[in-house]
Amino acid sequence: MNYITQRLLTFPLVLLGVSLLVFFAIRLVPGDAIIAMLGTEAGLLTDAQRESLAAYFGLDQPIIVQYGRWLAGLFEGNLGISVIYGKPVLEVILMRFPLTLELALLSMLIALVVGIPAGVFAATRADRPSDLAVRVFAMLGQSTPSFVVGLLLIYFLSVVFRALPAMGSFTPLFVDPIGNLSQMILPAITLGLSFAAAVTRISRSAMLDVLSDDYVRTARSKGASQRDVVWRHALPNALIPVVTLSGVEFGYLLGGAVIVEQIFALPGLGRLTLDAISQRDYPLVQGAVLFIAFNFLVVNLIVDLAYAALDPRIRLGGK
Amino acid sequence: MSTLLGVHDLHVGFGRDPQDNEVVKGVSFELAAGKTLAIVGESGSGKSVTALSVNRLVDFGGGRITRGTITLQRADGTAVDITAADEPALQRIRGREIGMIFQEPMTSLNPVHTVGAQIEEAFRLNRGLGGAAATRAAREALERVRIPDAAQRLKYYPHQLSGGMRQRVMIAMVLASNPRLLIADEPTTALDVTVQAQIMALLAELREELDMAMIFITHDIGLVAGIADDIMVMQHGVAVEQGKLDAVLDNPQHDYTRHLLKAVPHFTSGRAVRSDGGSPAVAPIVTVDNLAVRFPVAKGLFRRRSGAVHAVDGVDFDLRPGETLAIVGESGSGKSTTARAILGLVKATRGRIEAKAGRSGRPVQMVFQDPYASLNPRLTVEALLAEPAIAAGQRVDAKLRQRMVFLLERVGLTKDALSRYPHQFSGGQRQRLCIARALMLNPDVVVLDEAVSALDVSVQARVLELLIDLQHEFGLAYLFISHDMAVVERIAHRVAVMYAGQIVEIGKAAAVLGAPQHSYTKRLIAAVPAIERRRQHFSVDVTQVPSLVRPSGFEPPAARWREAGEDHRVRVEEVA
Amino acid sequence: MALLRAVMRHPSGRIGAAIIALFLILALMGAVGLTPHDPLKQFVVDRMKGPSGTYWFGTDLLGRDTFSRLMLGIGESFLIAFASVAIAATAGTLIGLFAAWWGHLWDGILMRIMDVLLAFPAILLALLIVAIQGPGVMTSITAIGIVYTPIFARVARAPALALKAREFVEAARTFGSTQRYILTRHLLLNLIAPLTVTITLALAWSLLTESGLSFLGLGSQPPAPSLGVMLAESKSMMTRSPWLMLFPGLTIMLAILGFNLLGDALRDILDPRTQERRA
Repeated sequence: MNYITQRLLTFPLVLLGVSLLVFFAIRLVPGDAIIAMLGTEAGLLTDAQRESLAAYFGLDQPIIVQYGRWLAGLFEGNLGISVIYGKPVLEVILMRFPLTLELALLSMLIALVVGIPAGVFAATRADRPSDLAVRVFAMLGQSTPSFVVGLLLIYFLSVVFRALPAMGSFTPLFVDPIGNLSQMILPAITLGLSFAAAVTRISRSAMLDVLSDDYVRTARSKGASQRDVVWRHALPNALIPVVTLSGVEFGYLLGGAVIVEQIFALPGLGRLTLDAISQRDYPLVQGAVLFIAFNFLVVNLIVDLAYAALDPRIRLGGK
Repeated sequence: MSTLLGVHDLHVGFGRDPQDNEVVKGVSFELAAGKTLAIVGESGSGKSVTALSVNRLVDFGGGRITRGTITLQRADGTAVDITAADEPALQRIRGREIGMIFQEPMTSLNPVHTVGAQIEEAFRLNRGLGGAAATRAAREALERVRIPDAAQRLKYYPHQLSGGMRQRVMIAMVLASNPRLLIADEPTTALDVTVQAQIMALLAELREELDMAMIFITHDIGLVAGIADDIMVMQHGVAVEQGKLDAVLDNPQHDYTRHLLKAVPHFTSGRAVRSDGGSPAVAPIVTVDNLAVRFPVAKGLFRRRSGAVHAVDGVDFDLRPGETLAIVGESGSGKSTTARAILGLVKATRGRIEAKAGRSGRPVQMVFQDPYASLNPRLTVEALLAEPAIAAGQRVDAKLRQRMVFLLERVGLTKDALSRYPHQFSGGQRQRLCIARALMLNPDVVVLDEAVSALDVSVQARVLELLIDLQHEFGLAYLFISHDMAVVERIAHRVAVMYAGQIVEIGKAAAVLGAPQHSYTKRLIAAVPAIERRRQHFSVDVTQVPSLVRPSGFEPPAARWREAGEDHRVRVEEVA
Repeated sequence: MALLRAVMRHPSGRIGAAIIALFLILALMGAVGLTPHDPLKQFVVDRMKGPSGTYWFGTDLLGRDTFSRLMLGIGESFLIAFASVAIAATAGTLIGLFAAWWGHLWDGILMRIMDVLLAFPAILLALLIVAIQGPGVMTSITAIGIVYTPIFARVARAPALALKAREFVEAARTFGSTQRYILTRHLLLNLIAPLTVTITLALAWSLLTESGLSFLGLGSQPPAPSLGVMLAESKSMMTRSPWLMLFPGLTIMLAILGFNLLGDALRDILDPRTQERRA
């Protein structure tokens, strides 16, 4: 079977698994579903009110039927009503999503622009001092948790420059680009640092592997220059692991960077989920988690298609 | 004739301390314009490193020229010392003055660019062509290396072409620059013998046409006879003998050259077959009757079975006690699948495989091709040898250990091997371990699947001798699967030739190898290089192997046979 | 032992091993009570002190000794990391091994389940589990264990598939070796090398996830000292006493660095390609 159709076929399968997991995980939360949905206010209900509510939400039905109804609702974009906000869950999520998307894109931009050239540079100078320097920085970058980087950045900014980025509310990019970027740049650097470190390390090792391949020797035997060899012959072959890693990291960033959003007080998807969990807003938790996993799967699908674009062996099949 | 290339006292080392890790230790030779020098040696002889030093590609593999000069007469009449040239100067020499083709056609082309783009690049770099001119030149180059449908093939990616086709693409790429020197590093080693003959023919033809000098590197001294003017034999980084082709082949001076010529198997058209053993009168120990192995091919979204690869299609033969039956064929002929079906490693789609109950519960054992992959690297030799016995329900006790020691000594290893791990042995020693393991349960039949193909030629000879000795001592029958006619000639009593999943000819080794009847057998045997065939004119033959994918429900027509002599049967060819 | 010697010869392996050894010693001393001060005791007069001869890394808002608290925090982080990686490595390896061995439908089912788990960012999946179980050490261990199981399944499956097709496994079949013998001797034994590398790196990831969880207040609960909690508490006092942030931050970073360095060294040492180059 063709690679692309295979990917397209497994996608809904995994998505179904994700929905099952989310649905039943929420039902594992201690306490009954009414409490789960209404929070502490449920304590004020009479037994009769409880039963009619349960019937209204279909909670008196077998769990499989409940799941089926919920799933059917999903197809219409109905993720339920958020308890905290009193609005449809999807609306609440989509309000927070632009920030998360922008942050993820900015971080990836930083990571790729820094990471790929650094990795290629290090690989072509393997075991020389410049390679060693790149490796040390990448190692440190990968070992420093984002909250440590974030706190250090805030500290230096506030102590050294006596300035703090705007926190609390979010300025959309289209409203005030400068205000938006000045607000986003520190969190983006925070997230981009370890991302860039990972990209650097994987580009370096992939390039090192590829540079010792036979076709690179062939290119040299034709009289190709070092520049041609590196950028035309080696790099396209080394990109697959870089794309894999970037896709996975980007996909996870689309789920919201809980910790960095917390540190920089950004109202993104991650904090929304965290708040929903701590305030027991289960329709919102359920919706947000599903939305995040869905995004991740979509990004992964794009990555799979990117493989096919990068590598004719995957695109065209064969040995 | 002017000297094109002069190599003087070349030393090449590797690693941090190249002077202490020399792989080439003082090699000198001269090559005249338009002439061909063959460098012959086994792995580790330094032959490839010598060749890679001539265009300084050795630098990129971690090598360093520590001493000596390499003087190249350039096309403009100036001379340059390659050992002292800087990288930009070398880039102008590579491709333009010195072209190179490599051993592994499967990995030597860049998988992400079309073959057209890769050939065009060579024209761009060395002739300054671009755009439509480069495309046209690339197409002409492909036509010149006899690739049919060249304009279409330019758009192919390397993985869509066979090994032989890829090697032609490599040659087309070299032609782009019209180099005065071509270095060919084992260019046919990874190819089937009939494809090898095609590539050799092509090289010989182009060499004449372009008046190109050539350095031809190989482990096969028989192959050299057809193409070289001069020959240099290398061993352990030193040229032990060099001279004119006829002088070296007919009157070798050095022991190692004599060894390569005499001890190593060379094909002699059935004159070197065994005269011992093989008793046709007895009842067969293994009978294979109408064996077919098919692998389903699924297509489309719902994996509908659209047909099947007929890997083995109606094979019959008998294996008699104490004899060697060799199954020869090229890749895709179904010879290995036949062996694997006998061992139950693949399921037979149809047919009967019958092995007579012999001396033990499992009368048939197998030795695989790759001695590195067939021994678990994490187990000691003792554990490796014990495995068949444990599987048969035996206990690891003093008696079993005694048998291990007996067999180890019998295959030429010592008792202290028991506590060692596979990586502590050479390839030849490992294959001896595999043989000992296969004999642990005292089988009647050993299936040897390309069992000596991965070994160096001189190791090959010794393992073959061991196999013959063991056959006499234990009364073993061998089913010997091989693509190598020279090896088969040394060990087989009978030979079966397989082509496209079927046996086309089977009979006594001397008859099949000496007087082949079937057209494929004839073609195969004509392609085998031999020392006696000097400066042979290989003819370019572009016959392609037919596809083995058949539509569902396809059954091959029943085979008709004719007797070509006593114990020699040939499949009757359908006239198309 | 040969492996240990090779690690000590490898430059980054040496540094990584030294850091981990140091932290293990500190954690053990903390566990048996060999701390400079009582980590829970509040020295009210000595609140928010900078580093000094008495309080090496200073004290916090409640006057507790930072160094002593760090020693306990390391111990707890390491305990969670080791326990959760043990769960993930065992479960993941078995899943990957059987997926590869059985193949076909089972491979599809098991690996798709792993894909489902992988679709959640680590912290988010952990948050979800915390929401179900309530925060605590056991929750952190289960959560992180589940989060990294699919990674081990993938890491084990790829080489297991390759091993399954290797000639020594085919040879074993021709001898009639039992499935159990083949799975343990031929597959599992050869999976140890790639798994060692992943285990070491997973320890680093798991430290990262654990400290992230407790930073968000969803890991270990106060007053138990935890690196993430200490760092979260320091945020509000950042400008007045930066060392409250600096020392826990450096400690987490060093611990992760130690495992990353060791993992890198092990990869170099155990990689068959570098072995070939050396041979």
